Amino acid sequence: MVKEPLSLWQIARSRGYSRRDFLKFCGYLSAALGLEAGQARALTKALETKPRPPVLWFHFQECTCCSESFIKSSHPLLADILLDRISLDYSLTLQAAAGEQAEAAVTETIKNYPGQYILMAEGSVPMKDDGVYCTIAGRTALDGLREAAEKAMAVIAWGSCASNGCVQAASPNPTGATPIHKLLPNVVNVPGCPPIAEVMTGVVAHLLAFGRLPQLDSQGRPKAFYSTRIHDSCYRRPYYDAGLFVESFDDDGAKKGYCLYKMGCRGPQTYNSCGIIRWNGSTSYPIQSGAPCIGCSEAGYYDAGPFYRSLPAFPGFGVESTADRLGIYLAAAAGGGVALHAVATNIRKRRLIKRELEGSLKDKDLKAGKPKDKTEKTEKTEGGA
Amino acid sequence: MAQRIVVDPVTRIEGHLRIEADVDGGRITDAWSSGTMVRGLEIILRGRDPRDAWAFCERACGVCTTVHALASVRTVENALGIVVPPNAELVRNLMFCAHYLQDHVVHFYVLHALDWVDVVSALSADPAQTAAIARSLSSWPKNSEGYFKTVQEKVRSLVASGQLGIFANAYWGHPAYKLPPEVNLLGVAHYLDILEWQKEIIKVHTIFGGKNPHPHYLVGGAYSAVGPENAMTLNAERLALVGKLIDDAIQIVDQVYIPDLLAVASYYKDWAAIGGGVSNYLSYGDLPTRGIGDPSGFKFPRGAVLDRDLSRVHDVDAADPGQITESVAHSWYAYKGGDAASLHPWEGETDFSYTGPKPPYKNLEVEGKYSWLKTPRWKGRAMEVGPLARLLVGYAAGQPEIKEAVDGALAHLAVPATALFSTLGRTAARGIETQLIARWMKGFYSDLVNNIKNGDTRMFNGEKWDPGTWPAEAKGAGFTEAPRGALSHWIVIKDGKIANYQLVVPTTWNGSPRDASGQRSPYEAALIGTPVARADQPLEILRTIHSFDPCIACAVHLYDPHGRRLHQVRVV
Repeated sequence: MVKEPLSLWQIARSRGYSRRDFLKFCGYLSAALGLEAGQARALTKALETKPRPPVLWFHFQECTCCSESFIKSSHPLLADILLDRISLDYSLTLQAAAGEQAEAAVTETIKNYPGQYILMAEGSVPMKDDGVYCTIAGRTALDGLREAAEKAMAVIAWGSCASNGCVQAASPNPTGATPIHKLLPNVVNVPGCPPIAEVMTGVVAHLLAFGRLPQLDSQGRPKAFYSTRIHDSCYRRPYYDAGLFVESFDDDGAKKGYCLYKMGCRGPQTYNSCGIIRWNGSTSYPIQSGAPCIGCSEAGYYDAGPFYRSLPAFPGFGVESTADRLGIYLAAAAGGGVALHAVATNIRKRRLIKRELEGSLKDKDLKAGKPKDKTEKTEKTEGGA
Repeated sequence: MAQRIVVDPVTRIEGHLRIEADVDGGRITDAWSSGTMVRGLEIILRGRDPRDAWAFCERACGVCTTVHALASVRTVENALGIVVPPNAELVRNLMFCAHYLQDHVVHFYVLHALDWVDVVSALSADPAQTAAIARSLSSWPKNSEGYFKTVQEKVRSLVASGQLGIFANAYWGHPAYKLPPEVNLLGVAHYLDILEWQKEIIKVHTIFGGKNPHPHYLVGGAYSAVGPENAMTLNAERLALVGKLIDDAIQIVDQVYIPDLLAVASYYKDWAAIGGGVSNYLSYGDLPTRGIGDPSGFKFPRGAVLDRDLSRVHDVDAADPGQITESVAHSWYAYKGGDAASLHPWEGETDFSYTGPKPPYKNLEVEGKYSWLKTPRWKGRAMEVGPLARLLVGYAAGQPEIKEAVDGALAHLAVPATALFSTLGRTAARGIETQLIARWMKGFYSDLVNNIKNGDTRMFNGEKWDPGTWPAEAKGAGFTEAPRGALSHWIVIKDGKIANYQLVVPTTWNGSPRDASGQRSPYEAALIGTPVARADQPLEILRTIHSFDPCIACAVHLYDPHGRRLHQVRVV
């Protein structure tokens, strides 16, 4: 028996959530996605009325940190509705059934909800030696992935493993670990080791609300979360501009919360929302806790070490001058530059959001088409820097 | 005639595990455990900066996040002779404890509970009775009839929707479920509560390490520079938040987890005679109170218990090449000197040698090689590691807090100490140590606050930070107790870079295939004799396997696929 999926609002109501709870949730989501008031109302309306697709969540070569991050999303409704108990038809981490019964859930979802389910992949796919380095129910990772992808409404690659191969793809990549987008077209990449929980739930919520993928950059990442360098959203940025740096862990500068640039911080070349959304209910992020960013959401970050060598010390890193010199002249010059940059970013972002929403509201038909029809790749070059 | 059954994938674990078992007359007569995924991190670590190794190793597992990072920084510090300041040791202990609290409680409710709790049966419960039972167990404020009624309604509408999500296709109504509907409803309600709470306690990692999963670690100490009156650093507000998170955790453990565990266990006492498995237990010990260099100050003692003899603890010296060996007789690797050999990890060879069936396959060839896990042995014996091993070693060593906690739980359930050697014993041990850890964590927290109050703000020892201060060659080992058991890392540093890196991981001890002499490892041994009421529904198999809390990504970490010989290491 196939039932028409319920809308998020119907689900929320049946779980005992009030209208007020639901609106709070929508407000939170809108804030996370950077939507303006009118667009937030559109999102609320969409969540109230659009049906909810089933989810198949695959694990390949991975460490389950993405699932662990996802279940730590700080909004109760996200945990309650998006994650568990309802639409998550296949998840090695959470589902009650095992073995044949677990695999049957995949077959049933593909059969009963063609073009309506979301395929989520955590982990890379080993391509060497006919895929023997990862099998599930006797089948290779690639085999299972291809079968499930064929009728998926969308494919989301969770984390750096699925987006760029992460640690197992670091040199010399012994098992031929391959990210999902090299195997399938139109994949949303949500990198990070793991991605921030609210980024994950934000991407899913966008898909549920608008029936298509959020706007992606040239690397297939949702722009809402990956268009800003951590450096540009870092609360320690003023110290960088003022030339005040931690010179050694636990030194006087560290105790005053100075910039970690000289300790190897990868904030200046890492596009992520750590400085904005922060981690685990906005409790902190590595830099706030005194740890230099290691750039875990950037492709190839494991081969971009050593982690504690500061960026200008690497040959070919010409984006900025050395921290010492910067401190001297940026104090005067950078302030204006940063301000201009911020204005430009905001204008561009607003334009993109507007275009995004207009497009999505025209998109009445959830079920139609392949993922590629729903993916927009608007800008070829990354403009956040 | 025995029937071969296959469980693949085993769900509600970390990673990719496959169980094949022969069932005859309603009981398992033989079993094979196979890890079906491998990544090969060890070779990737070669040539890297040792100070970076924690970040690579931590990615061995996102469920046991932090434990590999902790083992890694300890390994490098051991090699270079770095002693971290007391505050850094306390921060590490706090992160260790926070991880145990989250991991063990989540294991019980999210990964293990559905083996014991029938979600659908909760529909026929009387919420008033559930509330009465709950109030008799604890003073948890949510133990009201109205609350349980709301939860029951949620379950009802879920079932009515026809889309059961993670509860679909499961084993509801299976004869091995023994709880009355009212207790099932209690379990379901707390399953939901725990999903909410578990994201709180790990904020301790976020405060000290910036994020969870995968908080940042530092060779030589901890990142948290102390500036008590600085809004940017570890200040009074941050410390107060840690204190509150610990208090909340103690409440959850005392008022929800432990009462539920004891209530469920009281209906499944027959499982105190099932799933015992091997009879030897190994713990490296952890939670230093006088520095990592002094195991006599560990809260969890180091040692081994053999043949279930609790009157004696055997000394464990992991650095002694005669003690720990690994074999590949049934693993997809080849040894140059023949696969019957048992080699110390320092002399280990690793050469991928997949001889299994070409996928897609129905059955593994279990007479030959059948897993990506190697098979470790301690003095030739199969050893169980994990919560039960830690408590048994602590109990046998006479650690007073452990002894009191174990005796208290046994008395409560009115079962003898032999009940510990079982599936139920393993599950109970996890709860007992969680309660201990919550209290120890409070102590570590007070120590840290007092140190800072008294003016000691040191968090980092930078004397050996600069590779220019290192010897041309150094070797080291680092030990910890992951929630799933004994974990060790080994390093050889040459000219400032990693020349060799090795990990020997808990689930490798527990989940490995047979050794060359046919001796079964803990999973395989524990399954023998396990009842199977319905051959097509592996509920009882899941109970015993889940009682170990498998973590396969850790276990199949990181083997050198090029068969390079790993040089001998001597621990400094």
